[in-house]
Amino acid sequence: MHGLINRSIQNYICDSFGAHRWDDVVRHAGMAFNNFEAMLTYEDSLTHAVLDALVDVTRRSRSDLLEDFGTFLVANPKFEGVRRLLRFGGVSFEDFLHSLDDLPDRARLAVPDLDLPQIELRAVGEGRYSLICRSPVAGFAHLMMGVLRAMADEYGALALLEPTGSGKGIETLSISLIEPDFAEGRAFELGARA
Amino acid sequence: MTGQGGASVLDVLCPMHLVINATGHITHAGPTARKLAGDKPMVGARFLEVFAVNRPRAVASMADLRRSGGAKLHLEMRAAPRTRLKAVLVPLPEGEGEMIVNLSFGISIVDGVRDYALSNADFAATDLAIEMLYLIEAKTAAMDESRRLNLRLQGAKIAAEQEADTDALTGLGNRRALNNVLTRMVAGRVPFAVMQIDLDYFKSVNDTLGHAAGDHVLQTVAQIMVEETRNKDTVARVGGDEFTVVLVDVRDADILRRVGRRIIDRLEEPIAFNGHLCRISASIGTVWIQSGISPAMEKLMDDADVALYASKHAGRARQTIYDPSLREPAGQSAAQGAGGQQPA
Repeated sequence: MHGLINRSIQNYICDSFGAHRWDDVVRHAGMAFNNFEAMLTYEDSLTHAVLDALVDVTRRSRSDLLEDFGTFLVANPKFEGVRRLLRFGGVSFEDFLHSLDDLPDRARLAVPDLDLPQIELRAVGEGRYSLICRSPVAGFAHLMMGVLRAMADEYGALALLEPTGSGKGIETLSISLIEPDFAEGRAFELGARA
Repeated sequence: MTGQGGASVLDVLCPMHLVINATGHITHAGPTARKLAGDKPMVGARFLEVFAVNRPRAVASMADLRRSGGAKLHLEMRAAPRTRLKAVLVPLPEGEGEMIVNLSFGISIVDGVRDYALSNADFAATDLAIEMLYLIEAKTAAMDESRRLNLRLQGAKIAAEQEADTDALTGLGNRRALNNVLTRMVAGRVPFAVMQIDLDYFKSVNDTLGHAAGDHVLQTVAQIMVEETRNKDTVARVGGDEFTVVLVDVRDADILRRVGRRIIDRLEEPIAFNGHLCRISASIGTVWIQSGISPAMEKLMDDADVALYASKHAGRARQTIYDPSLREPAGQSAAQGAGGQQPA
């Protein structure tokens, strides 16, 4: 899996549980090195080993940790990049949801060897959607739940998110948009970092 | 097109368009175009007073501009921050001299969104500007990350190279480092000298006081050699008790005699270790390469060995500067003495 993903997991663990916990995970996972490089690619098995080790070391459930990681990716002010790049996807939360199908292609446009799991948004009714995720990482729908929850906060939308099942490498998530303009969203300036 | 319906169609499709009338005045501006105007509203102003036409060069009047219809225009706002814009002008077919100019930031997009605080909604849904901004930001982040990786790898490479060139005990260069320096010097055609230095009586320190004492002596020796040479010179440990010093820019053999003398004198000062005094000395064989000569590396090191052997043979604790007469058969020791031997 790409170093950007692995490094983000490392950043999450260091930031949320402390550097000593990351050292525990490194030992527990039997890694031959201490730090992931964001611009290198690693064996998928290594990412699985790190996630398994994190579950063991923290004694928290995998789904809980992945959801927390998803929120961290968007909401942590130390790593603004992901939030900003996701905000380019749409002017409202609903607009953003519709851009999710393009997410792997957008990622590949920036970093050609970055493969993100395929996700597909299906409308099931007025303000109600189903997100279908195809990922080699078990619990990916929980990660997306964390991301979407943080992005709803971003846009100031109120949405209900719920995992609705998994099987055959496919996980689904139901999204109910209760109030598109529930609160003032966070500011987003196109040219902020230019 | 300035009617209610027409204007709103163009406002959606081309939010950065202007409508200009026959006299060259702006009669309508799209919602994003309006944001480009500073204090003075754009509508009502003369187009050529708001914008300078940089290309095509020949455009000086509205008549010129009208003739440019369909061609790409390079515009520049006359007011600060003098934003550069791309534009295309189309005369309206039934417009009695009316024209539509559609503007775009082109390559100035990054400055444009910042200077005018534009958001996604300021661009047409089909405009690639937002994708362009996304791409710039994503690529910049990826490039920054790559640059950081490169710096880290470069640092690791330098450290590994230094390690490969360094003698772990003394911190001096090793034989590999010496070879690199000599290769440079041999090709350089500047005067330099090579001193081959063998410690005398070092083995007995090792044998009687142990390896720890030996290591301490070697570290002290290294320190002395570094102190007695200049920063631009090289001191290398090339064997157990063998050292090589490369002195650059040597214009005078007397300098070599003085440096060699000082090194031997200081090495002969007893070195304290755990209550014992270690006494050593050194024999030196020196080759002086004068300006403009490019010797072969093998010949150079062989000459140094010959000079070193002469020092050892003559009773150690001295320096010999190489002279071809040193290679003459033994028995002609008078010539050897002329080679520059310096008894301790």
